Amino acid sequence: MGLKKILDNLKPTFSEGGKLSAFGSLYDAMETFFYVPNETAKVRGAHIHDAIDSKRTIFFVVIALIPSILFGMYNIGLQHYDKIGEESTLLCCFLYGLAVILPKIVVSYAVGLGIEVAIAQWKKEEVHEGFFVTGILIPLIVPVNCPLWIIALATAFAVVFAKEVFGGTGMNVFNPALVTRAFLFFAYPTMMSGDKVWVNGNYMDCINGAPVDGVSAATPLGQLAAGEPVTASPMETIIGTIPGSIGETSVIAILIGAFILIWANIASWKIILSTFAGGALMAYLLPYEGAQNFEWWEQLTVGGFCFGAVFMATDPVTSPRTEGGKWIFGFLIGAMAIIIRVLNPGYPEGMMLAILLMNIFAPLFDYCFVQSNINKRAKRAAK
Amino acid sequence: MSLFSKENGEVFMGPLNLNNPVTVQVLGICSALAVTSQLKPAIVMGLSVTAITAFSNVIISLIRKTIPNRIRIIVQLVVVAALVTIVSNILKAYVYDVSVQLSVYVGLIITNCILMGRLEAFAMQNGPWESFLDGIGNGLGYAAILVIVGFVRELLGFGTILGFQVIPECAYVENGGLYINNGMMTMPAMALIIVACVIWVHRAYNKNIE
Repeated sequence: MGLKKILDNLKPTFSEGGKLSAFGSLYDAMETFFYVPNETAKVRGAHIHDAIDSKRTIFFVVIALIPSILFGMYNIGLQHYDKIGEESTLLCCFLYGLAVILPKIVVSYAVGLGIEVAIAQWKKEEVHEGFFVTGILIPLIVPVNCPLWIIALATAFAVVFAKEVFGGTGMNVFNPALVTRAFLFFAYPTMMSGDKVWVNGNYMDCINGAPVDGVSAATPLGQLAAGEPVTASPMETIIGTIPGSIGETSVIAILIGAFILIWANIASWKIILSTFAGGALMAYLLPYEGAQNFEWWEQLTVGGFCFGAVFMATDPVTSPRTEGGKWIFGFLIGAMAIIIRVLNPGYPEGMMLAILLMNIFAPLFDYCFVQSNINKRAKRAAK
Repeated sequence: MSLFSKENGEVFMGPLNLNNPVTVQVLGICSALAVTSQLKPAIVMGLSVTAITAFSNVIISLIRKTIPNRIRIIVQLVVVAALVTIVSNILKAYVYDVSVQLSVYVGLIITNCILMGRLEAFAMQNGPWESFLDGIGNGLGYAAILVIVGFVRELLGFGTILGFQVIPECAYVENGGLYINNGMMTMPAMALIIVACVIWVHRAYNKNIE
């Protein structure tokens, strides 16, 4: 129990009046991160007591993301060595990917948590844990070549304007990770789409990688939007060995995460299922015009569709609370994503915009379902 | 009452700070979004609104006692429309490129809520000199916010100020640097966020604003 002792010894320094009281909220966050907090909800009132608090919930989401992160690392290396035409080992691909993704994760956590801690200290509140998921999601939904300062800027923007101005964790209307991506997408379109951003060309002395400049590799959605035939086979898009945002290429890795989330009862299976249903229906009804060797169901395997459905749409804060609302919410996300993809040539990927749009409507769905329930019961009571 | 009495000073200074039409009354937001992607149109727009507000205030104030109450809005509109037409033609004559950039928004000054608000709330009850000060004050208060928003948007969105390159060319990615212009700044949505930030700062300094 060495760590516990250290934390307990440090407590007076960080509490009110102590030397380092300015960092009190940071200490608090670390203490509750390592150990279950001592405070429990007050016994009066109608609180539901549960062993899982939001810190543990969020930890499960991070665990569910691990398969995607690992595959993303491997895929970064694979795409790189594939493009420069060199043989490489599995380990080498991993290491290359790790070296590329690690700075992004560090930057996103440092900027986001820095702002959260500063604001919590300023408002004399405790730091909330919501950013642990956002911070790991951000590096996974950007292209490999996204510069770090841009990620830092977008993270700061999202944390301040999508989260803190609404009141912090649990109060936000939009998913902060998606707002980060939306900011990047609209502010720096050349860094977020096109065919130059998906493969890292930097020199890395793993075996003997050669530097390459401006490697071009189009994503399946990029090819579809440009009206070119898709080069990736369905097998490749499902396993994930295609160019794309870091964490979103592999359907298999994402599905493993989905099972973890559903098993732990954290993500709503209704939202995931209805998103796929909406996407499948719309993809069937609305095929790409003149797309060669591209079946309608492949729409669900390319781009950020799976990743969005499993990790973004199911965010408990920005999705509806009512069960009926969840079905509609998911279905409309899936349908909107495909509509934007197919009908709007300016946006090859519609998942981000679809989820953000539906985030606005989530409270409305809840309101309608709660009201209809109230009306139903009022009628029953009147009888 | 002297021309520069304390009351008149307040009439003039109020809209610049504690009673700013944009940041406190949240009026005229629509044009603040539309014309501020660059600094030059923002300045021209601000000055146009200032001139029109001031002179329409004076005219309405002069004839306020003869306007029948039931048709006062139409009378006000006619005065404003005449002034907007004059300003629009002056802009076309002297700064044609800016006038093209501003496009319909010069004409839409007619519907600017700040203008109608000042006519109804101030010029209909006060003398011409006070009304003139009030119009200038409100116009400049509006112009000040437009200039701030336009400055930030042009600097970050285009890397220029009034058309001059401020951020060095060598800093850009195309020339081997790191910097890229923020495309979001050129979109109207960002103007709303900048106005919100200005309001945030303004209220942080003036805690007594409701």
